[in-house]
Amino acid sequence: MTGEVIVNILTILFISLGVIFSLVTALGLVRLPDIYTRSHASSKSATLGVLGVLAGVFIYFWLAEGHFNSRLILAIVFLFITSPLSGHLIGRAAYVSGVQPAKETAHDDLKQVIAEKKRNM
Amino acid sequence: MSAQILLNFFLALVWMFLTVSFTPSTFIVGYFLGLLLLLGMRRFFPQRLYVLRIWAVISLVFLFLKELFLSSVSVFLLILKPRLDMQPAIFEYETVLRRDWEVTLLSSLITLTPGTLVLAVSDDQKKLYIHAIDAADIEEAVKSIKDTFEQAILEVSRS
Repeated sequence: MTGEVIVNILTILFISLGVIFSLVTALGLVRLPDIYTRSHASSKSATLGVLGVLAGVFIYFWLAEGHFNSRLILAIVFLFITSPLSGHLIGRAAYVSGVQPAKETAHDDLKQVIAEKKRNM
Repeated sequence: MSAQILLNFFLALVWMFLTVSFTPSTFIVGYFLGLLLLLGMRRFFPQRLYVLRIWAVISLVFLFLKELFLSSVSVFLLILKPRLDMQPAIFEYETVLRRDWEVTLLSSLITLTPGTLVLAVSDDQKKLYIHAIDAADIEEAVKSIKDTFEQAILEVSRS
């Protein structure tokens, strides 16, 4: 097996993994019942999806074209840092502004804390 | 920790001056010799050797990657299941971590673990409110995962 074939296989593997995860994220946004469960889908699978595509592009340009693009690595690191935080912030903003969780929700420890805080305000 | 790194750089510079060769490879050789010197003199430092802490950071990064992959796969399976029979819950978790960056790191890691999402941090930073996507079986498993995360973060921040 020549090197070119291995590079192509790696590239295809990473990019298709990223595309599949992005697709499932989009499906999850349609299927899941409330904003919190949707936030699960978007903060995890979407991160891995974009990461997969970026890693595939990085590998292709590095090994097939001989061009080491450090900006792609930086993009991967920045995504890693920011995407869980944005998931957290959207969930928190929704909860504090009073969006109700889905009716299947078993129990809710945060409810009385927020209620207490609103009373003291 | 930073004092030790600085000392190691300084020792590498001294090695470059001793050998009168100012190339990157001499610097690397000097750095390793300085590392050996620091290893021999570690009982004079108030903190542990900085290499151990760097190793802890690296293992934390690998833990992070592994958890991200596992959680994506579990969400994947959850979404593709024909019947959505999950039962979400919001529960309270008390953390032993105190410093700001530790709590931030822990909540990022929890957000990326399978089936959990941090919704809020209490004002005194002692409690995290976590949304779990399936209350039935995950809470126990999640506790053990977070113990490994907290342990890994403590391993990094231990002096």
